[in-house]
Amino acid sequence: MNTPPILEMRGITKEFPGVKALDNVSFRVAQGEIHCLVGENGAGKSTLMKVLSGVYPHGTYSGDILLNGQVQSYRGIRDSEHAGIAIIYQELALIPELTVYENIFLGNEIRNGPIVNWNETIKRAGEMLAKVRLKVNPAAKIKDLGVGKQQLVEIAKALSRNIKLLILDEPTAALNEDDSANLLDLLRGLRDQGVTCIMISHKLKEVLAIADTVTVLRDGQTICTLDAHKGEVSEGALIKHMVGREIDNIYPQREHKQPGDVVLEVRGWNAYDPALGREILHNVSMNVRRGEIVGVAGLMGSGRTELALSIFGNPLGYQVKGELRVKGEQRSFRDPEAAIKAGVAYVTEDRKGNGLILIQDVKENITLANLQAIAKNSMIDGNAEIKVANEYRTSLNIKTPTVEQRVSNLSGGNQQKVCLGKWLFVKPDLLILDEPTRGIDVGAKYEIYTLMNRLVEQGMSIIMISSELPEVLGMSDRVYIVSSGRITGELPIAEATPEKVMHLATN
Amino acid sequence: MARDVATSTSPPRWRLLVARQELVILALLLLVSAGLSLLTGNFFAATNLLNLARNVSWFAVAAFGVGMVILIGGIDLSSGAVMALAGLASALLLQLGLPIWLAVPVGLLSGALVGLCNGVLVGMFNTPPFIVTLGMMGVVRGMTFSLSAGRPVRDLPPAFRALGQDDVWVGPLLVPLPLLTMVGVALLVSLLLRSTVLGRYIYTLGRDERALQVAGVRTERIKVVVYTFSGLLAACGGIIMTSWLGVAAPTAAADYELDIIAAAVIGGTSLFGGEGSVFGVVLGALLMQVVRTGMVLLGFPTYLQVGAIGMMIMLVVLIDNFRRRRLSR
Repeated sequence: MNTPPILEMRGITKEFPGVKALDNVSFRVAQGEIHCLVGENGAGKSTLMKVLSGVYPHGTYSGDILLNGQVQSYRGIRDSEHAGIAIIYQELALIPELTVYENIFLGNEIRNGPIVNWNETIKRAGEMLAKVRLKVNPAAKIKDLGVGKQQLVEIAKALSRNIKLLILDEPTAALNEDDSANLLDLLRGLRDQGVTCIMISHKLKEVLAIADTVTVLRDGQTICTLDAHKGEVSEGALIKHMVGREIDNIYPQREHKQPGDVVLEVRGWNAYDPALGREILHNVSMNVRRGEIVGVAGLMGSGRTELALSIFGNPLGYQVKGELRVKGEQRSFRDPEAAIKAGVAYVTEDRKGNGLILIQDVKENITLANLQAIAKNSMIDGNAEIKVANEYRTSLNIKTPTVEQRVSNLSGGNQQKVCLGKWLFVKPDLLILDEPTRGIDVGAKYEIYTLMNRLVEQGMSIIMISSELPEVLGMSDRVYIVSSGRITGELPIAEATPEKVMHLATN
Repeated sequence: MARDVATSTSPPRWRLLVARQELVILALLLLVSAGLSLLTGNFFAATNLLNLARNVSWFAVAAFGVGMVILIGGIDLSSGAVMALAGLASALLLQLGLPIWLAVPVGLLSGALVGLCNGVLVGMFNTPPFIVTLGMMGVVRGMTFSLSAGRPVRDLPPAFRALGQDDVWVGPLLVPLPLLTMVGVALLVSLLLRSTVLGRYIYTLGRDERALQVAGVRTERIKVVVYTFSGLLAACGGIIMTSWLGVAAPTAAADYELDIIAAAVIGGTSLFGGEGSVFGVVLGALLMQVVRTGMVLLGFPTYLQVGAIGMMIMLVVLIDNFRRRRLSR
């Protein structure tokens, strides 16, 4: 294609404390094409789009953004919207209690002076809905529409603003197959009307179906840009470029022993999330044996975390169906308390959210899940608490001046160790680790891996959920792959190659 | 193993001191008291101080319960009505000839039951506490009117009035009995909050409910317990109040629920939950009462007093916000 680029990002570098999220990234999008951006989690796709949309304002990154050949310097999202860039995020930004037409023109009201012209608004909303081929009453409330239709309303909202560039961040992640196909069809239609579109997607089949051009990011760098019309885009090529790197030997060695008895097993396991109004896990079956690290690989939003939470007593209120056995005994956990009593512990991926109480100190966080163990007649024994906290501080090598330090003052790696300490203190048989090394440095990672090995040697079992493929392959005895709420494969570690796992995960 | 707890790199001491709102309020309290004694001459008179202590004690006892509710991130608007109900229930039973050792516990129980209802509705049925306790305020106030047929109950037996009016010798000092009761309750509540498992859960619940749930704690139970405590302590305050006044009126303690919340907030209790102390609530209650007494002594018009208290609340919260922002820098 020789059309001049509508967008060019040149040499973009964006650093966060201790991490280079984007390293000299270049990205060109031609007028009127559908350009897909792919890469593993953490490759830098979202960061790049945040730079483009002004979420990270001009001056917080280096490099240039050119729109239609002109250098842009956005101070915020408002500026990029003015310039004609619209981003639709995974989490929709619609207001559920308002009507479709109110949402479409929110912040962009059609008015005569201070008075909103509702007649004109409703008429124009109808036109926008026709453009996205959505047949709903503009006066319907957003909360009464399904996710697929809400997505279309978002697009209608973007179109109402005369955009030059439409960016979709994983638009089909929450959609079923019909809605996804419908959406892709619409995007093709918009392209034919001249709308340029950037789509971030983990689903390679969709990328193959729709992309004119694909750019692959990996570890914050542009790996390549492939032209679909020259036959450069294939699933194999994409996976190769996405995975690319050598697996470094940063994983401590452990013998893969013959595992023991089954500690936990689920069969025909389904979960329904009333908050989303849909089923999030479909007919999942898996098991974990004593002294085994079972890896759960899958992309963000594949249902990995939901699987863990559904086993751990459903703190978010999922409704589960199916069989759950702990050490051969059929169980059902009413709440996390019951799961903990049965010997299951869950270390959340959301360390700062529901993992730690940030404004409380190290000892209070470590003892929180098992306060009874340091209490006599429900009075907390302060000395026992300090003793327990110090034991974990030593054995986990938590770097803090005292156990009375607020955890918000610790580094990510040390916070994660506090989290681990909290759950080791409940003395579980099965430890579920959700993204145990997210956002922590290599040294701390190694310590956590070593600890995991020590724990399984002592007879504990571990389920490790991770979006870092090398980590899954480096640590697990066995790997399950999750995609769209289903287990799409189970591989013994000897057969698990990055390509195979990625293939199953993008299925 | 290693117990090198002493090798701490804590911030400088003055920052720790300023970091506690209690001390800011204490300073403000001393300042206002000093000013009043200069202006009026009789502020520090023994009778005035004793009156002040009596007035604060029942108010503070009720405020401890509401303070606990605010600590878990809730609110209790029914406390004033519960105070009236508990006092009235005890008084009516005494008039029927029941002994004091039965009448007072029944009064306390009535408050605890109201609190239990609040707790079940908030905790088990996930209803917003503002609405639940606002409704309960109406229900309970209505009960006081129908129980008393709208008329105040007088002629309470002397043994009952002693609860609020007697003084006892503590060593060389003659101390009002209600003040001793308040100190006792304060110590118990403080112990509960600082040293028990429940207390730890209460603070944690106000800071991060989801994290507490994921740690395997049934937070709805804690809510039920805390709202029940709030009702019980409001009843306790209400009974002392009734005994001190010597009359149980269905209109007693009207609007006190808001004064109580204000006292807790002035004393450093965060309305977002997770922050506050018994000592702070006592100081907050004391400051409000001192300002009120001061205005009476200075001969402020009654109508202006209400406004002045309102302005003081806003001022204290403003100072607190400012202090926090400076510290978080």
